[in-house]
Amino acid sequence: MDVERRKVLKAGGGMTLLTMLAAAGWLEPQAALAADAWNAAAFDTRSMDETMKALGGGAPAQSKDITFFQTPDIAENGAVVPVGITSAIPKTESIAILIEKNPNMLAAVFDIPPGTDPSLSTRVKMGQSSNVYALVKADGKYYVASKEIKVTLGGCGG
Amino acid sequence: MADPMRIRATAVGDSTEVKVLMNHEMETGQRKDAQGKTIPAWFIQSVTATYNGKTVLSAQWGPAVSKNPFLSFKFKGGTKGEKVQITWTDNRGDKRTDEATIS
Amino acid sequence: MPAMIRRAAVRAAFCVGATAIATTACAQTSAVDEIAKYRAALQDGNPAELWEARGEDLWKTPRGPGKVSFATCDLGLGPGVVKGAYAQLPKYFADADRVMDLETRLVWCMVKQQGYSEADATKNPFGGPGQKSDIEALVAYITSESRGVKMNVAMDHPKEKEAFALGEKMFVYRGGTHDFACQTCHGEDGKRIRLQDLPNLMTVAGAQKAYTTWPAYRVSQGELRTFQWRLNDCFRQQRFPELIFTSDASIALTMYLARNANGAVFDAPSIKR
Repeated sequence: MDVERRKVLKAGGGMTLLTMLAAAGWLEPQAALAADAWNAAAFDTRSMDETMKALGGGAPAQSKDITFFQTPDIAENGAVVPVGITSAIPKTESIAILIEKNPNMLAAVFDIPPGTDPSLSTRVKMGQSSNVYALVKADGKYYVASKEIKVTLGGCGG
Repeated sequence: MADPMRIRATAVGDSTEVKVLMNHEMETGQRKDAQGKTIPAWFIQSVTATYNGKTVLSAQWGPAVSKNPFLSFKFKGGTKGEKVQITWTDNRGDKRTDEATIS
Repeated sequence: MPAMIRRAAVRAAFCVGATAIATTACAQTSAVDEIAKYRAALQDGNPAELWEARGEDLWKTPRGPGKVSFATCDLGLGPGVVKGAYAQLPKYFADADRVMDLETRLVWCMVKQQGYSEADATKNPFGGPGQKSDIEALVAYITSESRGVKMNVAMDHPKEKEAFALGEKMFVYRGGTHDFACQTCHGEDGKRIRLQDLPNLMTVAGAQKAYTTWPAYRVSQGELRTFQWRLNDCFRQQRFPELIFTSDASIALTMYLARNANGAVFDAPSIKR
């Protein structure tokens, strides 16, 4: 991590945490596999502002070119909430999922190398009904779209 | 050694669609057991998918990803019969690599 | 009507839950639609497949004091035959002189062929974090081999008829601290607990839809759950005494519901909330 960090810092100022992650971990499989490449700080933020600060952005621009697919409005159980995100913004480099009311907002960050569709789906845990944010980094800039997902409990609660 | 993943790699037009099911507790570290003790966090932190030695997706995860994680993505290229490899590493340093043949 | 059910019905009518949905008929319908979308979105990747893979391994690997695989285990279609086996269970087995469901038959094979003690074979029927259940994995694998097969539970042997009759009686038997029967929740159309629609298991359509979708990966459990688990958990929610794993009572109820599902195409392991 240190070697990569030095390389990155040498390259110029104004580096965001996300870019550092990209330089140090994502674009180099070996580094990504090392446990210490995991960015604890980014996964430890508790508010939208904190998260955006940690990721080196101000308020990201709202974008209609980021859409959710196969993402229901109501989840029968918060343990497994399907979230699918597609970014139609050119030069999309990463897609992150943030859940506003979770204990820690950042759920996952995906690095999209050239040649990979900027579209993926996974499942996340939601502690309660909340806004879910799809944060996209494209060509060095940040964009966001959000969706409210309500979480409920079915049946007898079992 | 962790239980194997279930990977499906399918050729779709000029792309390859990959769907993965991983075997992992993804314990958040927020839960308590019957005795009131906190169950320690145990979750996948990084995921890498490669094809022909090239990374086609990499990710960093927190414990908010669901238990027995599911992931679906697509990349351009990929020939039937070739392999897609997925590796995950968790916060305990455990690792698992599985591969699937593109069909 | 018991007070508990009256309260549940009133709660249900006001759509109370973790959501703040307006109490209009329109909002109620859209909530149902959204939940249908949630269920559809889950179909794409079912973690049950992880249990199926482990179960196939367990079925084929020699194990136990006897160091034999399940290749000699007869589930009703011949030793080692798995394809279509679940769709004809429960059934009477002459070698045990007993009607058996899948879990019971697996325990039988584990004891009689693999040499496990009854206690060891039944000690971990329902898995949890860090505690995998071999039986759940075996059930996942074996049921997956009946996917697409029409339910065809026979009822020729007197003991099969007996089991069905007992199950039918149990279904409407009120008991426990809340005076519940299975019928209380599952004996009428249009019932609901919070946002969960309750199938009427006393109709053919209801029984078919319910029985053909178990076992299931239960998202709220984070585990694959079998039909024995489903009945056990219903008993718990009814405040009944525990339904003993592979007891005659559990098999009777299974027989009643499985037989009523005849003709429907089996489609499990599925994924549910």
